Amino acid sequence: MAPRLVETTQEEGPMKLHRLFAIATAAAMLLFSAVAAAQQPIKVGMSMPQTGPLGAGGKAALLALQMWVEDVNAKGGLLGRKVEFIVYDDQTNPALTPGIYTKLLDVDKVDLLIAPYGTVPTAPIMPLVKQRDLLLMGNFSFQVNHTVKHDKWFNNSPWNDAASWSNGFIGTGQKLGAKTIAFLAADQEFAQNLANGARELAKKAGLQTVYNQNYPPATVDFSTMIRAIRAAKPDIVFVMSYPNDSVAIVRAVNEIGVGDSVKLFGGGMVGLQFTPIMESLGSSLNGIVNYNSWVPGIKYPGIDEFLARYAKRAVEAKVDPLGFYLPPFNYAIGQMLEQAITATKSLDQKVLADYLHKNEMKTIVGPIRFGPDGEWATARVVQAQFRGVVDKNVEQFRDPKKFVVLYPEQFKTGDVIAPFEKARGK
Amino acid sequence: LFSFELLLEAILFGVLLGCFYAAVSIGLSVSFGLLDVPHVAHPAIMVFGSYCTYLLAQYGFDPIVAGIALIPLFFLLGMGVYRFYYETFEKRGTEAGVRGLAFFFGIAFIIEVGLILVFGVDQRMVQAPYIGTSLSLAGYRIPFRLLVAFGVALVLTAALTIYLSKTFLGRAIKAVAQDEPALRLMGANPVRIKQSAFGLATGVSALAGAMLIIVGPVEPSLDRLYIGRTFCVVVLAGLGSMTGTLAAGLILGIAESIVLTLFGASWAPVVAFGLLLVVLGIRPQGLFGR
Repeated sequence: MAPRLVETTQEEGPMKLHRLFAIATAAAMLLFSAVAAAQQPIKVGMSMPQTGPLGAGGKAALLALQMWVEDVNAKGGLLGRKVEFIVYDDQTNPALTPGIYTKLLDVDKVDLLIAPYGTVPTAPIMPLVKQRDLLLMGNFSFQVNHTVKHDKWFNNSPWNDAASWSNGFIGTGQKLGAKTIAFLAADQEFAQNLANGARELAKKAGLQTVYNQNYPPATVDFSTMIRAIRAAKPDIVFVMSYPNDSVAIVRAVNEIGVGDSVKLFGGGMVGLQFTPIMESLGSSLNGIVNYNSWVPGIKYPGIDEFLARYAKRAVEAKVDPLGFYLPPFNYAIGQMLEQAITATKSLDQKVLADYLHKNEMKTIVGPIRFGPDGEWATARVVQAQFRGVVDKNVEQFRDPKKFVVLYPEQFKTGDVIAPFEKARGK
Repeated sequence: LFSFELLLEAILFGVLLGCFYAAVSIGLSVSFGLLDVPHVAHPAIMVFGSYCTYLLAQYGFDPIVAGIALIPLFFLLGMGVYRFYYETFEKRGTEAGVRGLAFFFGIAFIIEVGLILVFGVDQRMVQAPYIGTSLSLAGYRIPFRLLVAFGVALVLTAALTIYLSKTFLGRAIKAVAQDEPALRLMGANPVRIKQSAFGLATGVSALAGAMLIIVGPVEPSLDRLYIGRTFCVVVLAGLGSMTGTLAAGLILGIAESIVLTLFGASWAPVVAFGLLLVVLGIRPQGLFGR
């Protein structure tokens, strides 16, 4: 037995050494992996329409988010980690977004999600983010969380409920003594959500609907619809359209005329905020009262500096050179994530969502508080009338006089000129 | 809201819209209708033509003049594309159709991405005295840009009909569409004839592209909207019939316009494919096919 004991005793020394070595190696690996994890970038993922009908706006918005990533990384990143931005083009195709967001989560393993620009590409990913209980920063969507009721949804857009978009426009019409209204709306998610809210509001306001037309997204020419509107003789024409349609509608109105009865025309036309479209349509825009997110003359801390930096980058990137509509709001999405992560020192989706619910966000588009439904607690949809716009001049749109703000009251810069045909000459 | 006057206007605008449909489809009527080439890149080439028109318009060219000036260049482009398609697909036999479809989808994507890289995704428009203005006639205001489409459609239909029936190459193109082996036995080279015909179809697309940007703004992915509609017009007409293409475009335009006025715009796209199904059920060769 003795030799065995000796043998055992002789083996215990190396065994201890082996164990110690193994423990030390494991500890080193753990430490290394912890350091490596700390050095791994924070991945922010999204899809963005870079082609298709919303491509023009999407590319400009993307540039703003890239600027935020560069700014935050220049300051050392978040939680000591660099921010990596992963983006795919969803082609403004709602059929593609669920697949893209599944890939972002399961293959790219992103830490945080931002929604694509627009209602149509965002709506299909809402069930996915709710099912996985993820934080999603919304990006100019309209009413996509209305039925889903996801508690980690934070939509950065100046509107909130269905009426918030329309009340400035319809209210302006009422002040002009309007009694009748015509609706022209694209047959898709965004426009229909908006139209439903507007119809409800018009009904409450006692306006009689004399024309109510939904049109399919592939409509080539709007002459027939404009003629029908003219025949219906409405006081207000509320149009809810996407960029291609908006251009075609403005052209048709210019050619055919919408009639002398119309006091107010516009409301929810997407695209009339994009510089290339404004430049191309030029004087045909005069008189139209349309929604906006921001126009020159509205002062928020930091927005002018941002737009000056953006303007230089936009030329290189061949995107909207002025970038009033989407870029500041997209930069603000980054700022909100930055504020929440820095304050909570966490990437936990629930912790971040709690912070976003409870605190005021300081951004270049003004202070933002979110309501329980994840929309802005106080809407700030601007309704402005185009005035004195001339043809072929981009720089004119930096002049606040080209957008006379009618609503909201705190930003108001003038009174509406009506009827529409009279305002077109101004 | 319905009135007889509104119906008359619907028919009038339907005629103008129909001519526009015919003008954007007539190139496809040659390439797909006569040559049996699954040319799904036809709308993309047309959009390319729109962008070339836009470029020339920046140098002061009138869009219609620019479209006419582009025809020879697009003719050569079409000949090159067909030669490549022939060498890589058609020559290799029976599966050429399906693989050719992939080839032309590829061409369409390359054009779309190329346009995005060069011009960006913003919409492009051109200015001309006849854009944004209208003609007042007996109480009606008719947009000049739709009258341009009307004129282009009539001129293209007349020119192609005369060319295909009165010239040697035109008749050869019709012959190659009807009986290629017979033409070969007579000593003619069907590949060269088809190459010229494809060039002709592509050249016509340049002018159609100019008209597209006159009628409305264009963006690189606009071609996707026109794939279904142009094929619908060509098949409805009966493959290869030029006057049939004009007639099919008119039927489609008038039907859409009336449906839009009476039943609502959402029903208008149903008209195109509904009509196609009905016609194919009654006359499988199309309205004007033999």
